[in-house]
Amino acid sequence: MRRVAVVVFPGSNCDADALAAASAAGSEAYFVWHRDTALRQADVVILPGGFSYGDYLRSGAIARFAPVMAAVAAHARAGGPVLGICNGFQILCEAGLLPGALMGNAGLRFLSRPVRVRVEQPATPFTHLYEAGEELVVPVAHGDGRYVADPRTLAELEANAQVVWRYAGENPNGSANGIAGVANGLRNVVGIMPHPERRNAAVLGGDDGARVFLSMEARNATQHAAHVGDARGLGGGRVPGA
Amino acid sequence: MPRGGLLDPQGQAVEHALHALGFGEVRQVHVGKHLVLRVEAPSPEEAAARARLMCDRLLANPVTEDYHLQVEVG
Repeated sequence: MRRVAVVVFPGSNCDADALAAASAAGSEAYFVWHRDTALRQADVVILPGGFSYGDYLRSGAIARFAPVMAAVAAHARAGGPVLGICNGFQILCEAGLLPGALMGNAGLRFLSRPVRVRVEQPATPFTHLYEAGEELVVPVAHGDGRYVADPRTLAELEANAQVVWRYAGENPNGSANGIAGVANGLRNVVGIMPHPERRNAAVLGGDDGARVFLSMEARNATQHAAHVGDARGLGGGRVPGA
Repeated sequence: MPRGGLLDPQGQAVEHALHALGFGEVRQVHVGKHLVLRVEAPSPEEAAARARLMCDRLLANPVTEDYHLQVEVG
């Protein structure tokens, strides 16, 4: 049984769903408050969806400085699995634990509906029970879901197979390369814009998201310590003229 | 301000609205944020240096935004 820490920020609103999905997959899931500084021997950390700190300034920009984030970064840098869902994905990008950033949807509207996504990379702690190329139906609920990164970073993501999920058919928010989820270089840190925790049982309209949590629970891989560093601007560099 | 080259749907929406109002000379609109900070500092140079640190650490995201900084002595 894996110990799964679900981090709760002020404004998180998918924390209970994430906890329920992890518990349903057989994990020992518990909440960790954003002011906590310890993850209490977590095997896996989930940053759930929501609107942490009201999305003030930018989605995830303030949450990345929450006291708990030092422990999350240390866990990630030691090779520990971290999953960021929606707002959690935005926080991981702002924290430099994942490359790129998420901007306002191209259509300017908040999107709340099921979308189709394709599993591109099963070799992560959160997708290894899926087949490469498998298409899933999972809901999105976001205003800032347009994934962007500079051209060099995008090319590196594709070359290193760090794109974990891609929108299939339509690209609902204008994300670069239709990216719905990415991993860091070691693939232990994963972010996804759609909400697998809202599709983990037939009663919720489908269980396409359940294997994200079952993968996490079934994972027996050894953890490799490695330095990951700031992944935000792989090909970025300083702001010109600033 | 959104970095050049990135899609700015908000700017486009404002641009279309200006065109609809008859301001056909508008070629491009970018929508960004304007933050005003009151700080205490021994000199304008030190205020600018500190503000630049604030921009780099929190106020701007280097992936998506460019920023300009201006110090006024009050």
